[in-house]
Amino acid sequence: MSDSEITGSTSHPEAEKELHRRVRLRLLRMHYEAGVGHLGGNLSSLDLLLTLHHRVMGKDDLFVLSKGHAAGALYATLWSLGRLSEEELVKFHKDHTRLGGHPPVSGIPDILFATGSLGHGLGLSAGLGLAKKLRGQPGRVFCLMSDGEWNEGSNWEALIFLAHNRLTQVVPIIDLNGLQGFGATTDVADLGCLAEKLRGFGLHVHKIDGHDPEAIFQALSVQNPAQPTAIVARTIKGHGVSFMEHRMEWHYLPLTAEQYALAVKEANEL
Amino acid sequence: MRKILATTLVGLSQDKDFVFLTGDLGFMALEPVRDAAGARFINAGVAEQNMVSVAAGMARLGFRPWVYSIAPFVYARAFEQIRNDVCFHNLPVFVIGNGGGYAYGVMGATHHALEDYGALLGLPHMHVYVPAFGADVPAAAERIAQAAGPAYLRLGRDELPKDFALPAYAPWRRLLTGNGPTLVIVGPLAGGILGAALKRPEPIRPTIWVLSELPLLADEIPAALLEDIQRSGHLVAVEEHVATGGVGQALAHALALRGTTPKRFSHRHALGYPSGFYGSQNYHRKECGLDPQSILALIEKP
Repeated sequence: MSDSEITGSTSHPEAEKELHRRVRLRLLRMHYEAGVGHLGGNLSSLDLLLTLHHRVMGKDDLFVLSKGHAAGALYATLWSLGRLSEEELVKFHKDHTRLGGHPPVSGIPDILFATGSLGHGLGLSAGLGLAKKLRGQPGRVFCLMSDGEWNEGSNWEALIFLAHNRLTQVVPIIDLNGLQGFGATTDVADLGCLAEKLRGFGLHVHKIDGHDPEAIFQALSVQNPAQPTAIVARTIKGHGVSFMEHRMEWHYLPLTAEQYALAVKEANEL
Repeated sequence: MRKILATTLVGLSQDKDFVFLTGDLGFMALEPVRDAAGARFINAGVAEQNMVSVAAGMARLGFRPWVYSIAPFVYARAFEQIRNDVCFHNLPVFVIGNGGGYAYGVMGATHHALEDYGALLGLPHMHVYVPAFGADVPAAAERIAQAAGPAYLRLGRDELPKDFALPAYAPWRRLLTGNGPTLVIVGPLAGGILGAALKRPEPIRPTIWVLSELPLLADEIPAALLEDIQRSGHLVAVEEHVATGGVGQALAHALALRGTTPKRFSHRHALGYPSGFYGSQNYHRKECGLDPQSILALIEKP
């Protein structure tokens, strides 16, 4: 069966590059000013989040951040869309904030669920997708997941459910940065080729470069009418900051003033 | 109780927001619900964590999902999904746990639910329903169906004494008035104890209250119960649940807060598996002193 086209926005490459640069800088500043870590997995997700929200998602589409630790990148993305104010953003990770280290329970209309414990987002997305299907409502449900998250059994339960119920509305996007909490994914719990496993469960899979907006856009712009489609996006943890790239410790470390200055310099040159 | 619930759910399924998810259980009981709800009856497979997350996702878009399994499979296995996905967001997801307490008897410990409401009542917005009799089930289910937030329905076995005129369902009900101690019993345990108490001579009959909704809040304790406690001087809490997180603790706490502690307080509750052996529900109740004879022996002791 052939894939069907979904209308999305085309983008001027230079304007898109500038957008990504601007949001990356804002993300770095947010984390620097708050003195918090988690930057590695935020930087690996940022191009996916921006392309998805700026070019792919329409008014009927929904989003769930299953890798809740990329909350900073989601907040910065919503800020870039004007759906989260600067006043709100400067309170990131401070006392009396809505914007904690993981997506909050309530108060932000674009955030449907508090996440942060891994292995919840895909099941929640399946529920949102099934609700749309039963009601005959348009739109898709995009779920951004980490690769380490696939250690969680609940994800495999959700995968069986998606395939069995042919929930083509639900699109898991996997940020495959190769690193998890305390080691490389290949060293901790090697899943081999995740794309092959997803295919084995009955999903249609696109493998893409998760830092190439055009590839992200193309992969998300087609919907296979017969099977749910997953996007396996190869990414770099700490993408765009030389001393962070591929380094597990940037799941945890805050930036020093010198590191922040260097990160800003590199982000400007990217 | 399960069959009565199924009949009630068939009626509730007329609501377009009704949806029912089962963790692959319900043979010889839920077929009418399946037939009535059509596409809104979903066998989610033996995958309770996903089932609860799916229900939360559906509730977020306006559905009012019921999720069903044997009690521990749904409240214990999927506890974090109930906590994060349902309760944090105050979503109307209604968890049905079949086989409260030792109801699955000789099926063994994995199938028993001895700490279910204690575990769940620590979660925000959670409301627990423990119908005591089959006749309570439609009223309890109707109340749940109107709820704005999450609920847990603990099902058991109806043991209503024959010919007893049961008062209409309410969270607190006085079933019997006597000159003996005051019993507060949770759920279906009340039936057997009531049956035995009715056979006792009037001067030593206990006063029996049955409690069917939790949390137990200090300011919701009926004034008549407070009077019974003061008059009798001996309050006995009885539940097929462990002491930790149980109604005995909640009741003692509530009465202490109100400054109305009884002269004497006893608590009979599930003890787990004192002998290490398995048996019927009544076998386990007996081991814990929860059977009618043990309760009457306790209250008739001076």
